[in-house]
Amino acid sequence: MSAILRGHASTVRFLFGGSVVVVLLGVLAGTIALGGFPVGASLQSLVRGSIGSPDALLSATFVRASPLLLTGLAVALSFRSGVFNIGAEGQLVVGAAAATFVAIRAEQWLDVWTVPVELAAAAAAGIAWAIVPAWLRRRFRVPEVITTIMMNFLATFLVSYLVRGPLQEPTRVYPQSSTFAELARIPTVHPMVRLHWGFVLAILLALFLGWALRHTASGFRIIAVGVNPRAAEETGRIDVDRLTWLVFLGSGALAGLAGGIEVGGVTYALYDNVSPGYGYTAIAVALLAGLQPVMVVPSAILFGGLSAGAAAMQRDVAVPAGFVEFVQALIILALLAAPHIVAFMQQRLARLQAVEQQGAR
Amino acid sequence: MSDRLLDLRNVQKRFGSVVALDGVSLQVASGSVHALLGENGAGKTTLMRIAYGLTRPDLGRIGVGGTWRHFRSPMDALDAGVGMVQQHFSLVPSMTVAENVVLGTRLPFRPTVIRRIVLELAEKTGLPVDPDARVETLSIGAQQRVEILKVLVRDARVLILDEPTAVLPPQQGRELLSWVRNFCTEDRAVVLITHKLEDVRAVADAVTVLRGGRCILTGKTYDIPDDTLVGAMLGAPLEPVERVVRHAPSGPPILQAKDVTLRDARGIVRIRNADFSVRAGEVIGVAGVEGSGHRELLRAVAGRLKPFSGSLVLPQRVGYVPEDRQNDALLASLDLRQNLLLHDAARRRGFLRWKSVERSAESLISAFDIHASGPRAAVDTLSGGNQQRFVLAREISDRPDLLVAANPTRGLDVRAAQYVLELLGKLRDDGMAVIIQSNDIDELLETCDRILVTHAGRVREARPDRDLIGRIMVGAA
Repeated sequence: MSAILRGHASTVRFLFGGSVVVVLLGVLAGTIALGGFPVGASLQSLVRGSIGSPDALLSATFVRASPLLLTGLAVALSFRSGVFNIGAEGQLVVGAAAATFVAIRAEQWLDVWTVPVELAAAAAAGIAWAIVPAWLRRRFRVPEVITTIMMNFLATFLVSYLVRGPLQEPTRVYPQSSTFAELARIPTVHPMVRLHWGFVLAILLALFLGWALRHTASGFRIIAVGVNPRAAEETGRIDVDRLTWLVFLGSGALAGLAGGIEVGGVTYALYDNVSPGYGYTAIAVALLAGLQPVMVVPSAILFGGLSAGAAAMQRDVAVPAGFVEFVQALIILALLAAPHIVAFMQQRLARLQAVEQQGAR
Repeated sequence: MSDRLLDLRNVQKRFGSVVALDGVSLQVASGSVHALLGENGAGKTTLMRIAYGLTRPDLGRIGVGGTWRHFRSPMDALDAGVGMVQQHFSLVPSMTVAENVVLGTRLPFRPTVIRRIVLELAEKTGLPVDPDARVETLSIGAQQRVEILKVLVRDARVLILDEPTAVLPPQQGRELLSWVRNFCTEDRAVVLITHKLEDVRAVADAVTVLRGGRCILTGKTYDIPDDTLVGAMLGAPLEPVERVVRHAPSGPPILQAKDVTLRDARGIVRIRNADFSVRAGEVIGVAGVEGSGHRELLRAVAGRLKPFSGSLVLPQRVGYVPEDRQNDALLASLDLRQNLLLHDAARRRGFLRWKSVERSAESLISAFDIHASGPRAAVDTLSGGNQQRFVLAREISDRPDLLVAANPTRGLDVRAAQYVLELLGKLRDDGMAVIIQSNDIDELLETCDRILVTHAGRVREARPDRDLIGRIMVGAA
């Protein structure tokens, strides 16, 4: 599986070279036309809702990109070390729940420390949720792909219970927590926009991780283990079990943090479906970024923009958001196939050249 | 061309700007063992990968049993009756022998059925395997038999073996070659890729020599003297191997094993109560048949396997060239700089200084004549021999007190092998202790001061005497 994922560094360059946007819009236009909706108006609405104005960027696209960015980093980091953490979704929602708990129960005596503690609690909850599959992997070699998915379901139902039980709002009418007080909210970067400092934090984390993977000894160990754990252990004498365990927990922390930032900076409350599948989209975000932390930033913004634009399109022209999800899925398929298609074409070319040379003789 | 079971005509293949095969033809008669001889990079493996449908030729025709074929994949080749066992096995470690053998065939995947099929096949072909054993628990020799059965279960008439004896200890290598001889009945043929003359002499009816992607020589084995074959392989006459002068070890003991017992990953005792010591400035050989414990012994002296009991004192810095370099020593998709860093990855702290790493990689490339486009070349763009040289260069680059190397000349052509052996002698003279494990006893006799022979978990020291070592290895002394 990891071998499939690694061939994409070069495709990433191609995809972010601009051509991807053109292709993407073309495919989307075709899809919308097939669905019988007005293409021009739909695309206009998509662009307006995502990048059409400073407000669209700062209050929609970047806001939606934030949780994708952090969970995308969580996925990229773990995949790079050969840990297939598919559980960012579950780690995110328990992170959201933990942050909500702090925000609602401890805001009075934590005062200005509420937000930091809230985010720390979110990260800790993400770690706690990752510990179970990480331990099962380390102790019994249970494949984490399966256990993390299972943990996702547990997390979703746990939140369902919490918003109808211990964390339900005082009137006991709605299945959600009470709204966060001002002190428990992550401040926005400017009073006029919805964009909060969590987005900036996420970008800083992406830059830091990208730098650390490349320029520190620990980062190199993570990459080495991801490429070939046997050689890492036998030649590099790296304790692979310990390293992948730590990366797994780190990945959980990032995903948990995403949940904290989402409730603290956007929703200001916990409810069912607090995540519309961010943790799953994160896998696509990380793959499109070629598992490179810095590239996760544009990748998350692209997906955030698509999602913001899709919402606008649904609102303005009544085109179902599913169309955009369909195109997102196409991107992933194209991404996985591209290296193989390129290799195939190169092989064909070599054969043609040989035949021509033969003919010239 | 009825008696030509496999018929390759004017095959050409380029990889980028490199011409791997420049119009090679090969006719393999039915009932014959045909050796394909040549140095590393001569194009032997590429030619056979084309015959097996793994690589598509740029030009040329492939005929099997009198009809021209067009292979899109190994499946097509197998359907036509051509099967190949590659140098690097492709088995599923966690599955059983029987499951591996029938994997990808149209046979029903029911345990009892496949078990019977594999047992019958093993019986019929004379390749003993335990159908219920998981592949990861098998020795290399047994894994090779599974690979051969995988091909035979698909009724292959042409069996291609890529350097099959390279991975085996001498006795098992001879057994395999005599099996090949028996397998080759009227309607079958074997192509044996090798760079060992003795393999050719032992079993081949016909031989073809490739050099630089061209066919240099082809004919009946008994018509061609050794000198002609070697000349065709190398292109120039070979200097005689210089016998390393032995001298008494001078330094203090740097490695001491007292009553050491070793267990493998499955907890099976592989070495029992071993006592030995190694001094600085000594070359120690390790010899043993498959499963005798030599593999565990080597990993232990390299510090990669902790003794189950007893005391094993190792020097601070140990260089290690493992047996399976591709899987155990290299990060194939990463570049030479990164692979250089792998050497002491666990001990490194803080920040990486890429510039100085790049300079070190550059100096290794020039000092060891490694053919690579530069320090930023990915390891998998290097040929096997160059990868090997790189691993060795890396492991001695920081002047370790002890170098442990498994089969240091495996996969190398004659010239490169000679270079490596001379280098090891030089390191010894500079005061490094060297431990070499090899399946080639003559190689050990040429280079080693003392030899440790493993047999059934016991370690015995022997003076360099071919007969004595051979007898200890098989348990006759």
